[in-house]
Amino acid sequence: MISFIGRSIVQKIITLFFVSIVSFLIIHLAPGEPSQVDPLNPKFTREMVERFRAEFHLDKPLYQQYLYFYRDLFSGKTISWKDNQPVFKKIWERFLNSLPLFVVGTILTWTISFPVGIRSAIFRGGIYDRSATFFSYLLISIPGFFFAYILIIFVVNHFHVPVIGMETFGMGDTAGFNRAMDRIWHLLLPSLLGATAGIAVLSRYVRSQMLEVEGQDYVRTAKAKGLAPDQVHYKHALRNALLPFVTMFGLILPGLIGGSVIIESIFAWPGMGRMAYEAILARDYPIILTLNFVSAVLVLIGTFISDLLYLLVDPRIRL
Amino acid sequence: MENATINSQNKGLEEPLAPKRTRLEEFWRLFRKNRLAIAGMVFFILFFALAIIGFGLTRGSAPILNPAMVRLQDKLRPPLALPNLERLQPHEVPKLGIYIFGTDDLGRDVFARMLQGSWVSLTVGFVAVGIAVLIGIFLGGIAGYYGNRHIRVGQLLAGALLIMGAALLISRLLWAGSVLLICGAACIFISRQMKKALKRDPRSAAARLWYFKTLSIDTVVMRFVDIMLCFPSFFLILTVVALLPASIYNIMIVIGLTSWMGTTRFVRAEFLSLREQDFVAAARALGLNNFRIIFRHMIPNAVAPVLVSATIGIASAILTEAGLSFLGFGVPPPHATWGNILSDGKRFIFDAPWLTFVPGIAILIVVLSFNLFGEGLRDVLNPKLRERH
Repeated sequence: MISFIGRSIVQKIITLFFVSIVSFLIIHLAPGEPSQVDPLNPKFTREMVERFRAEFHLDKPLYQQYLYFYRDLFSGKTISWKDNQPVFKKIWERFLNSLPLFVVGTILTWTISFPVGIRSAIFRGGIYDRSATFFSYLLISIPGFFFAYILIIFVVNHFHVPVIGMETFGMGDTAGFNRAMDRIWHLLLPSLLGATAGIAVLSRYVRSQMLEVEGQDYVRTAKAKGLAPDQVHYKHALRNALLPFVTMFGLILPGLIGGSVIIESIFAWPGMGRMAYEAILARDYPIILTLNFVSAVLVLIGTFISDLLYLLVDPRIRL
Repeated sequence: MENATINSQNKGLEEPLAPKRTRLEEFWRLFRKNRLAIAGMVFFILFFALAIIGFGLTRGSAPILNPAMVRLQDKLRPPLALPNLERLQPHEVPKLGIYIFGTDDLGRDVFARMLQGSWVSLTVGFVAVGIAVLIGIFLGGIAGYYGNRHIRVGQLLAGALLIMGAALLISRLLWAGSVLLICGAACIFISRQMKKALKRDPRSAAARLWYFKTLSIDTVVMRFVDIMLCFPSFFLILTVVALLPASIYNIMIVIGLTSWMGTTRFVRAEFLSLREQDFVAAARALGLNNFRIIFRHMIPNAVAPVLVSATIGIASAILTEAGLSFLGFGVPPPHATWGNILSDGKRFIFDAPWLTFVPGIAILIVVLSFNLFGEGLRDVLNPKLRERH
C-alpha cells in the first residue's frame, strides 16, 4: 500500500514535469508573439515592445524563460501580462464564480442519471428503456450552444425571466427573496447545460453496470429465494453495481477548473472558461500556462484519488 | 471398399452443415435488427452525398448556388420565401427560384451556405479522425507489439541529445544546439562501434553500460498517452487554434493531434492479446517478418474497436469544429460553416429563428446519426455485448 502510494506519486510528478514542458513548448513555439498582439496601436512603439519583451523575459532563450516562469509559479509571484494582477488572485476570483455552476451541475448529473439508468436497466428493452436510450443519444449529440439557445428562448418566452449574466442588472438593493430567486434562475440554465452530456453518459454507464450485475448468479439466487423485487434490485444488485462509481468521485475533480468556454460566453458568466478564452485571445501566456498546469495537477490528483478509493472499496484488489 | 467409406466420410465432412454466410452477410443480418443504427446509417449516407453535391454546387468563381451572393433587398426572408424578382438584378436571382432555408441578415441564401458548410463538416470529421486513427494505430501497435523491448542507454542518450539540440536550435542558440546535434550524431556512430566491441568481448564494461536496458517501449508510449490526457482537450484545441493562422486545415490537424489517445489504448490492448494467440505464433513460425505479421494478420483483427471509436470520433470532431467556428475560430468569414451560420444568426434569434434552428438541427442530425451508427457497429462487432440483448 505504502509502496503503491509512493510509486504513483513519483510517477505523477514525472508526468507533471513533462506536461509543463509540453504545454510551454506548444505556447511558445506557435507563430506570433504576445508583443505583436496590437500592432496598429500607435502607443506600441518599438521601444515599448522592447521594454515589454525585456520585462517579461521574452528576449531570453526558451529554456531560461521556462525556468523563470516555473520559478515564479511556485513562489506564487506570476503576474498576468495584461493587467499586472497576480495570476492566482485572478484565477481565485473566477473560480469562485464558476464554483456554483460546477456544484449545481454535478448534483444535477448524479441525481438525475442514477434513477434514469437504474430504471432502464430494470425494465430493459421496454418503452421506457428505449426512449431513455434515444434521449441520451440526443443529449450527447446536441451541440451545447444550440441547446443553450433553445432553452433561452423557452425560458424567456414562458417564464418571462432574464437568464443572461450572473444576476439581473440593478438587482443590488432588492429584497432577499426576489434576489435569491433571480440568482437561481440565472444559475439554473448554465448548470443544466453543463450537466447534459454528463447526464447522458453517466445514465448509460449506470444502466450497463446494472445489467452486468443483474446477470450475475447471486442475483438469480436472490430472485429464486423469493425476495421482493425491490430488495433484489436495490439491495443485492445496486450495491454491487455502485462499485465503479465510487472511483468516479475522483474523476470529477478536473471539472472544477474546466468551466465550459462556450456556455460561459453565451451566458456572459464571468467564470474560468471565459477567463481562459480572454487570456487566449490576449495571448496572456502566464494565465494560459497556469490554468493548464493547475488542471493537469487536478487530473493527476483525481486519478490518484480514484485509484486509492478503488483499493479501499474493492477487496478483490490487494497490492 | 475401404476407400469408398473414407470417401463417403470425407464427403460428409465437406458438405456444409448449416447454411453458410459470409462475414458481411452475417454482419448485415445482425445490424438490420437495430433500427436506430439503420436510421443512423441512412442519414450518414445522405449527409455524405449532400456534402459532395454541395461541394460541387458551391465551389469555383461562378457557382450554381452562390453562398456569398449578398442581396440586401432580400434580407432575413423566412424559409420557403420566394425571391423579390422586381428588385433583384438578373444575375442576383437565385437559381432554385426559392429560398429553401430563407436568407440571412445580408440576404445570402442559407441553403447554399448550409451546403458549403456541410463539406467543411464532412472533411473536418474524416480528416481529423483519419489523423487520430493513424497515430493511434501506429503508437498503439508499437506499444502492443514491441512493448516488452527496452530502450538502451545508448539509444536514450542519442535521442535526448538530438532532441535537446533541436530545441536549442529552435530557441536561437545556434552554437550550443549544433554542438549537441553533433554529439547526438556521434552517439549513433559510437553505438555502431559498440556493437563490434560487444561481439569481440561480451564482458567489456563500456559496452554493457551502453546496452543497459532502461525503460520499456510500452512504458514510454503509455506515459506519453497519460501526459496528453492531462490536457483539457477543448481548451488545448482552442489555444492552439487561436495561436495558429485561421485555416480549416489547421483545425483538422489540431483536432486529429489531440484525440488519438483513446485509439492508442484500444489498439495496444488488442495487440497485447492478439500477440499471444496461436495464429500469430504460427505466422512467426512460418518465418514472416514483423511488418507482414502486423499489417496482414494483426491489424485486420484489431480493427473492429477502432472502427467504432472512429465513427463516434467523427461525431465529436464535427461538434468540436462547430463549437470552434461558433466562437469565431477556424475558417475565415466569407466561407460558411454550420457553426458560424449559427453564430451569425444568434443576434436575430427572436426575429429570424431559422438562422439558429437550421444549422443547429443539421448538426444535431448528423452527429446523432454518426453516434447511432457507431453504437450499432459496436453492438454487432462485439460478440460479448450481443449476447446480452
